[in-house]
Amino acid sequence: MAEAVYIHEAYKKFGKSETPFWKRIIKGNGNKNGINRKNGQKTVVVAVDHVSFSVSEGEIFGVLGPNGSGKSTLIRLLATLLLPDGGDIRVFGHDVVRHPMQVQRLINRVSVEASFFKKLSPMENLIYGARLYGMNGADARRRAVEILKRLGLEERAIYKPMEEMSRGMQQKVAIARALLSRPRLLLLDEPTTGLDPRSKHEVQDVIRELRDEHGTTILLTTHDMLEADNLCDRIAIIDSGKIVALDTPLGLKGLISSNEHEPTLEDVFLELTGKELVKEEDRLG
Amino acid sequence: MSTLAHEFKATYAFMERNANLVKRYWTWEIVWLVYSIANSLSVSYIGLGMQQLSGNQFDGRYLVLYLVAGTLVWRYLSIIFYWITDVIGMERWEGTIEYTLMAPIHRITHMAGQTLFAVIYSLFFTGIILIVTVLLFNIDMSNANVGGAALMLIVGSLSFIGVGIMGSILPLLFPERGSQMTHVLIALLLLVSGVYYPVDVLPEILQKLSVLSPATYVIEGARRAFLEGLPTADLWPYIWPTLIMGIFAIPAGLWVFEQAERYAKRTGKLHRSG
Repeated sequence: MAEAVYIHEAYKKFGKSETPFWKRIIKGNGNKNGINRKNGQKTVVVAVDHVSFSVSEGEIFGVLGPNGSGKSTLIRLLATLLLPDGGDIRVFGHDVVRHPMQVQRLINRVSVEASFFKKLSPMENLIYGARLYGMNGADARRRAVEILKRLGLEERAIYKPMEEMSRGMQQKVAIARALLSRPRLLLLDEPTTGLDPRSKHEVQDVIRELRDEHGTTILLTTHDMLEADNLCDRIAIIDSGKIVALDTPLGLKGLISSNEHEPTLEDVFLELTGKELVKEEDRLG
Repeated sequence: MSTLAHEFKATYAFMERNANLVKRYWTWEIVWLVYSIANSLSVSYIGLGMQQLSGNQFDGRYLVLYLVAGTLVWRYLSIIFYWITDVIGMERWEGTIEYTLMAPIHRITHMAGQTLFAVIYSLFFTGIILIVTVLLFNIDMSNANVGGAALMLIVGSLSFIGVGIMGSILPLLFPERGSQMTHVLIALLLLVSGVYYPVDVLPEILQKLSVLSPATYVIEGARRAFLEGLPTADLWPYIWPTLIMGIFAIPAGLWVFEQAERYAKRTGKLHRSG
């Protein structure tokens, strides 16, 4: 099976060094990752730390990790929204740095925050998005209605401003917008966060349908253990920018043993990282 | 060919999106129009006021026309400038910047869509202000070369597009205050371009700077066509410097924007919403 995503030693850091660059050149201080420490404090944050993995075409690949673990940075690197500081990232053989346009034609992304022109209606937002991906208005309109209805949106809601819709409905429109361009690789950054259980199931059904009927490769980040377990062929657990485990859901559960009950993915995560997947304050909203 | 068709569709996408936004924010558009009309009239009334204050020593009507021409051209150019510099600012405000910047389109297409809309919007907007001003001041336009003045505006748009693209990098590089920084650029152009006074009254250093401002030529050319009815062929001395500035400013603006976009993608500035 063809390789949809290839990531080798990907590295991304953020923040400024405390020491001006001319002093670093003269003195040559700072370690090889460019991390300086002052009173034990990092001034540079490494978001993705030499990550390597590949995803086969048609695979649903999950990335699990707590907040700030580097999941979204990884998605942004693949989406050409960030430039890596090191390593090799390819989508269907195209380098994300050297050939971003070829990559952009093959992908689409749904982010955790539904980003729309809020005064515009779902239809106006979707037509705008579709035209950016080379679709004509009539086709886009027809397909937009089909997809939005498939996701459980009422027809009258399609023409009302986005700001009048709930967060869950907005997230469904975001998913519809991504599907409209028929991407070969769909990047889903916590797509079901904030959705009610029924909407969650509808979105999960669409994700499965995309892979089964259209062969779409899906890279999914989530906090939802059950969702990852049910949807993903393989899962990478990421913590502080590093991959700490990568296997099938069954394989990951086999990494730990429990006498009291069948191990869950959450047990695996706690065992491997010593952290909860969602901080308590985030859970409470 | 299909790539070209794709880029045309994307250009139209930006124009249609902006038209939809104007439609949805119609109350704001009316507020902005009223503000612009009031502003233009306030400046133009200075002409009549000066006639009275000087004890009728000079022709206040001419001064009104001089100020009307300046204020209209400036309104037109600044609207184009703001629409283009807002190409990033508005997307930061809406939270759509990442979606638009990951679309498979060339940046020139992105800017072309924004620019074409800006020119059409600005012509329409300035046209309304012109009608109100002409009616209120009972301006005789029988001698005005309206076509020549319009030509000066269209040619002037080119250089302002380039300047606008360069200005649009500020919200890209400075998420929190970048949009406000663009006001500095427009204020400096207003100062040196002779919008409300001849550039000859400026100190020597500012007069030297006025040569570099495309608005200087656009305003002077449009003013001469509007006030004196200068034939279109005689406007060439004002047209060619503006054209040359436009030819350099647009590619330069695009190059600067690409560098800024690269920097923003390297430092993660796209994601932050100010």
